[in-house]
Amino acid sequence: MNAAAQTPKELPTKITVRSLDFYYGADRSLKNITMPLHTNKVTAFIGPSGCGKSTLLRVLNRMYDLYPGQRAEGEVLLDGENILDPAIDLNALRSRIGMIFQKPTPFPMSIYENIAFGIRLYEKLPRADLDARVEAALRGAALWDEVKDKLQASGLGLSGGQQQRLCIARSVAVQPEVILFDEPCSALDPISTAKVEELIDELTNRYTIAIVTHNMQQAVRVSDYTAFMYLGELVEFGETDDVFNKPKEKRTLDYITGRFG
Amino acid sequence: MSDHIVKSYDRDLEALGRRIAEMGGVAEKMLAEAMDALSTFDVDLAHRVVSSDPRLDALQREIEENAILTIARRQPLAVDLRECIAAIRISGDIERVGDLAKNIAKRTLKIVSEARVPRAIVGLKSMHEIAAMQLKDALDAYALRDTERARAVWQNDSDLDALEDSVFRDLLTFMMEDPRNISFCTHLLFCSKNLERIGDHTTNISETVVYLVTGESMPTERPKSRIPDFGVKDEAAQ
Repeated sequence: MNAAAQTPKELPTKITVRSLDFYYGADRSLKNITMPLHTNKVTAFIGPSGCGKSTLLRVLNRMYDLYPGQRAEGEVLLDGENILDPAIDLNALRSRIGMIFQKPTPFPMSIYENIAFGIRLYEKLPRADLDARVEAALRGAALWDEVKDKLQASGLGLSGGQQQRLCIARSVAVQPEVILFDEPCSALDPISTAKVEELIDELTNRYTIAIVTHNMQQAVRVSDYTAFMYLGELVEFGETDDVFNKPKEKRTLDYITGRFG
Repeated sequence: MSDHIVKSYDRDLEALGRRIAEMGGVAEKMLAEAMDALSTFDVDLAHRVVSSDPRLDALQREIEENAILTIARRQPLAVDLRECIAAIRISGDIERVGDLAKNIAKRTLKIVSEARVPRAIVGLKSMHEIAAMQLKDALDAYALRDTERARAVWQNDSDLDALEDSVFRDLLTFMMEDPRNISFCTHLLFCSKNLERIGDHTTNISETVVYLVTGESMPTERPKSRIPDFGVKDEAAQ
């Protein structure tokens, strides 16, 4: 059954995943996934470990290309353009689709350089403009007030939560259109988690966001749409309120209420 | 619906359901005894009804606390969250049923010395039969998670409302026949109002059952009672 057919309303779609299969060598780990990511909305991917949600996220910016033996079949349309096309410029793609990982991954350089580095990859900016962009990115990630007096200090000296927001600032700095979050809060304390969630809430006006999370409550809090995946299949996709209040599929209900055995 | 991975979660939810059943039993007994006391002018029985009420209040508080604890502890979703919310709502309705039964018992104590027109109580007995049946059905619907039965309770509430109208007219007649009946009949009038309210609470319970099972609310428009016309027909409203 095509779960995307249940999309509740006609909304602008930033990314359309269509009949996507994914293989780790001979293992088919995504099975015929079809779903939209709506423009400037947050879509959460939930499901038990190994269900394919992180794999799906990694297809969306062609991360899997870094590993031999992994391949995707089907289509992932970003504004109508198939990003699985081998001819596509991966650097340009990844500047349009940023990614935040489970563990914060700041570069071993200053806070300022962590942000400026990414910008320089794509653009040549005069110093003043670069400074402005770095500040805007740090403000955008709600980190500016905490680091403005120590921009030259190492990014590794920040707390875990600050590091994660630094990584978000780094993504935002290159002005992407889509941001992918792969369990961004699983290594953070509740306060840092709240700050990241608040940030996601602010970012959603400007970016299309996909987030993989194991924390059901987090999915409820931050997302507009939820996709429940199981064993490589998309079991259910719908508005988050519906999926968590009255899911259509029994497997979804069992999972979100802790009945999966 | 049970079988959580965490077994104590099931036990928490089951305990809520059991407590509701217990409350329902207490309230049903209070209502039956209050009406018995009223029809036989049994003072002892009326006192017993009044003294049962604290038990009901304590149960309600316990259910509320446990439901809130379960929400805090388990962060329930979907049907599990509705279980907790339904327990809070239904225990509130049952507690009110108990209050209304207690009020009938208290009025019995007041009118027992001036039992003037026992036949005036006949209509109340019919109301009680319907209200008790509605309460039982609503509680059974909850216990069995039976939306069909719940919807039937919801539909049948208008029967009770219609009967209240006719009881109202009877009591009015008794009062007009002999003004010395007024105090007695006024108390009975309040008793009939109490029975009608009990019907409303059973309707609430059945609405909650439907919400619990389906996640959807019943329409706000429900088969509505007619307002007692105070003996004056409003032809214009036809």
